[in-house]
Amino acid sequence: MPLTSDNSSRWWLPGLIALIILVLMTGLPLAALLFSATDVAPTEVFSNNYFRRVIWFSFYQAVLSASLSVGLAIPVAQALSREQIFPGRKLLINLYSLSLVIPTLVAIFGIVAVFGRTGWLNSITGTLGFNPFSIYGLSGILIAHVFFNMPLATRVLIQSLDNIPNEQWRLATQLRMGGLAQFRFVEWPAMRRQIVGLFMLIFTLCFTSFTIVLTLGGGPRATTVEVAIYQALRFDFDINIAVSLAIVQLVFCVALLLVSALFKQQSPLGFGHQAPDSLFRPASGYRWLNALIIVVASLFVSLPLVGLFISAVNPATIKVLLHANTIKASINTVIIALVASGISVVMGIGLLISSRHIRIRYGKHRLGQWIQQAGNIILVMPPVVLGTGLFLLLRNVADVFSIALVLAILINSLMALPFVLRILDGPLMQAAEQHDRLIQSLGIHGWSRWRLLDWPLVRKPLGFAMAISATLAAGDLSAIALFGSERALTLPLLLFQRMGSYRFHEAAATAALLLAVCLILFLALQALANGRTDRGNYADT
Amino acid sequence: MLTLENLSLKLGSNHYSFNLQANTHRVSAILGKSGSGKSTLLNLIAGFLSADSGTLQWQENSLLKMPANQRPVTTLFQQHNLFTHLTVEQNIGLGISPDLNLTTRDEKNIKSVLEEVGLDGYAKNNAHKLSGGEQQRVALARCLMRKQPILLLDEPFSALDESTRYEMIELTRKVIDQHTLCVVLVTHNKDDARMLNALEYKLTGGELLINTPRNILEL
Amino acid sequence: MITSFRRTATISLTVALCLVALPSHAAKTLTVYTYESFTSEWGPGPVIKTAFEKQCDCTLDFVAIDSSAGILNRVQLEGKSSKADVVLGLDYNLMALAQDTGLLTESGTDLSAVKLPVDWTSDVFVPFDYGHFAFVYDTKVLAEPPTSLEELVNAPDDLKIIIQDPRTSTPGLGLMLWVKAVYGDKAADAWEKLQPKILTVTKGWSEAYFSLFLNGEAPMVLSYDTSPGYHMAVDKTEQYQAAAFDEGHYLQIEVAALLKSSPNQELGQSFLQFMLSKEAQAALPLTNVMYPSTDIGDALPPEFSKLIKPTKSLLLDTNTVRDNRKAWINEWLDAAN
Repeated sequence: MPLTSDNSSRWWLPGLIALIILVLMTGLPLAALLFSATDVAPTEVFSNNYFRRVIWFSFYQAVLSASLSVGLAIPVAQALSREQIFPGRKLLINLYSLSLVIPTLVAIFGIVAVFGRTGWLNSITGTLGFNPFSIYGLSGILIAHVFFNMPLATRVLIQSLDNIPNEQWRLATQLRMGGLAQFRFVEWPAMRRQIVGLFMLIFTLCFTSFTIVLTLGGGPRATTVEVAIYQALRFDFDINIAVSLAIVQLVFCVALLLVSALFKQQSPLGFGHQAPDSLFRPASGYRWLNALIIVVASLFVSLPLVGLFISAVNPATIKVLLHANTIKASINTVIIALVASGISVVMGIGLLISSRHIRIRYGKHRLGQWIQQAGNIILVMPPVVLGTGLFLLLRNVADVFSIALVLAILINSLMALPFVLRILDGPLMQAAEQHDRLIQSLGIHGWSRWRLLDWPLVRKPLGFAMAISATLAAGDLSAIALFGSERALTLPLLLFQRMGSYRFHEAAATAALLLAVCLILFLALQALANGRTDRGNYADT
Repeated sequence: MLTLENLSLKLGSNHYSFNLQANTHRVSAILGKSGSGKSTLLNLIAGFLSADSGTLQWQENSLLKMPANQRPVTTLFQQHNLFTHLTVEQNIGLGISPDLNLTTRDEKNIKSVLEEVGLDGYAKNNAHKLSGGEQQRVALARCLMRKQPILLLDEPFSALDESTRYEMIELTRKVIDQHTLCVVLVTHNKDDARMLNALEYKLTGGELLINTPRNILEL
Repeated sequence: MITSFRRTATISLTVALCLVALPSHAAKTLTVYTYESFTSEWGPGPVIKTAFEKQCDCTLDFVAIDSSAGILNRVQLEGKSSKADVVLGLDYNLMALAQDTGLLTESGTDLSAVKLPVDWTSDVFVPFDYGHFAFVYDTKVLAEPPTSLEELVNAPDDLKIIIQDPRTSTPGLGLMLWVKAVYGDKAADAWEKLQPKILTVTKGWSEAYFSLFLNGEAPMVLSYDTSPGYHMAVDKTEQYQAAAFDEGHYLQIEVAALLKSSPNQELGQSFLQFMLSKEAQAALPLTNVMYPSTDIGDALPPEFSKLIKPTKSLLLDTNTVRDNRKAWINEWLDAAN
């Protein structure tokens, strides 16, 4: 029971504002889409052979990608879990988090540098007499998806393996279990619980994946619905098809979300790796195998980065960096990143504050969760779909290309919101739960509460949230792809253009620059939030 | 006879040195506060930890060089003794064959050991459906199945509620009497030791003091 | 500290506002949307810009769109608020579509000098160069190229070719229409037979030609009958030649047009006229590597006389193309899968 009357604290205000913004930003475009759809029959899309194939391919590549990512993660997680002590282990596991922070396009460039037509792999296999391996098409898409998602799956699985009670490991030894029995009775049951949730998560990510399919898809044979929407708008200016596909995609995403909710595993994103209590693991007879697996997996994850750096060191680099377009794009990118990150974090905090008030003071947990879930709206309305809606909404009132940057900022802030919510939920709840009665009895609320109680406790994760959302926005292509032009250049767009015209050296320099910008943004924002009082106490990545 | 002579280990900033003589006639109970190194002692005996120096002998044979999976030791933990996704029968069966290749004779043996621990007919039950006390009984059954001469009990009753605890201690006493085992019990509860008519040892400052029951200091 | 910062900020802000408020330079700017290779250093853009600016007392601003097909798309997306005055580099095939947008207006240009393989009747679009689509091949790798489209379609699958996507590239669309013009209803079958020979389908011409073909990725690429002219005149090599096909070659005509919404109608019209002048036309063969749309006599490089002479210039009426393009592209997408 609240001790003080809640009329004095407008706890509902931040959440309400955030919700209104969310509804406007997604509801209006959605309405524009549906409105246009009345002239269009979305079901017509299914009668078209090509689009049927596109839809099938979207599912097909997502299933394969998810299966490969999870399937490959199992032996890697197992190997890493069995080898608890080796030099560089912590660094390696942190390396696996990198794929969350690296801009998609940068990684794609690295992948092309290693696996592409003129890449390292083909140089080696070429001299051995094999046919060149083509990265464009399904194979490239799979490689890229596995590159991004296998590390995520690995981290989640390692965590579940680490959570196995020590007693079980000791029993395994005492009962004389060999490697296979250990896997069967100890490791697999622990991993099995996470597998379905992981599969669903990665499936959804790959199903809505845009940048990877756009760059590595390589033609009509390897196109997904998201890319098809983009092409309908940018190639044919066929609004009808674009809207039809957008609606089809919407329906699929909603269905996916519902199915995922059924398998609701709070599968962690893999942040905050907890070390197990005891370092005890049974001696394995297959240590060479573990070593091999770890080495191969680590090479796979790190080679593209290495490839990028090596390619970026070339004579064209300085010229590229100083090119007017590059400078323009860099400035735009930083602006987008900072503003989108700011909006995202402010909205997220708004939602969380109101939600937490409802959960703690009124005990209505479900309602509070719903308010928070609203922040995940982008999972239902992917960027390209949202962009199409925005275009429909605004094209009669404004020149979409002039406001391209603004639109990109809006879309990117929505894209970062789920991450912000995930990161800040725990800390904000904790800050409140610990001191709720005290806060009420002292009558602290509103801005003072934020300033005195929440901010100091939430500061570090907030810095992290800002850093992640800024990096995401800086490296994103899907928001700018629809409306980007020479007038509204961002580094990802520039990189995409340079890669697309096979201007390899220029692309390498651009990719390295984009990576550097992201890194600087990430570190600077975190350092800023941690503040001058906490010198030397920066959050771990 | 299980003999530990100056069995020493440095773990982090803690130094341990153990002297112990345990035989099959009486249970040796190690009492001490949490964090005093009780589990470390058992881990050393079982082979989960390697000692820095000292001797560890069973029937005049040194166990020190033996890896954990070859020592004639079986451990009963406080919890997490069972693999919850397996059945009772399978859990016990792991004591016979780590790959669960069980013959019909094995199944018969499992049945009889279940009777012994008072869980007649539980063979096909899922382990995760059992209560805490029932799980410990199954674990005990598996220990018996393994037919190892040394039985290490790592606070096996601490997670049980009062009445279940008494039942469990009774059962343990019966089983120990029937199977001539060399038992080392670790617990923070004096009653457990007394009910098992154990020889009590106190573990302080990383050292195990050999004491007769009359010299036990109050905890 | 804070007050001096405030002072500096106020001063800077005032200065900035003043600069913005100052009336901008009086000269006019003509904004021309064109495709990227036109405005590149080795394209016609720089020459045209210098020459026109000399005679117009204005600034010519080229805006590079990624491809010719992209120009129309861009203007459509921008609608009436487009910043373009002139679009330069549209393809004949898309003319009807472009006309349908209602965004273009009469060119007001004198077209009497225009000399093309076909008659020219449009008063909106100004043709400034032309060529025929042809497969260019590497003579060092391919001694005997196919002599007809039929032969190419039926060639063994290890003959690899590089083509472009008809949705994004003019040559891509051109090839699709070429196959349509030759095979009619049987086009889908032809594509299916061609499919295994296609090494890759690129988004645009430059990737296909420069990054892939010239790097030896495949012996044949879809390009123009004029491409070898550049290699012979500038690179001084006869290594790359065009394969002449019996059925004839599909024609490409590049056009420019004025936007209705442009505030610089007169300037735009004079630019369009300029594109037909001897000066502009003579610059085209070696920069855009196409035949000029007017007769420039000796100004045409001698190497161009060594190029293949298509026996027939195939061209489907632009209105037919507009009506069927979608269906035909879907047919291509199906077959190319």
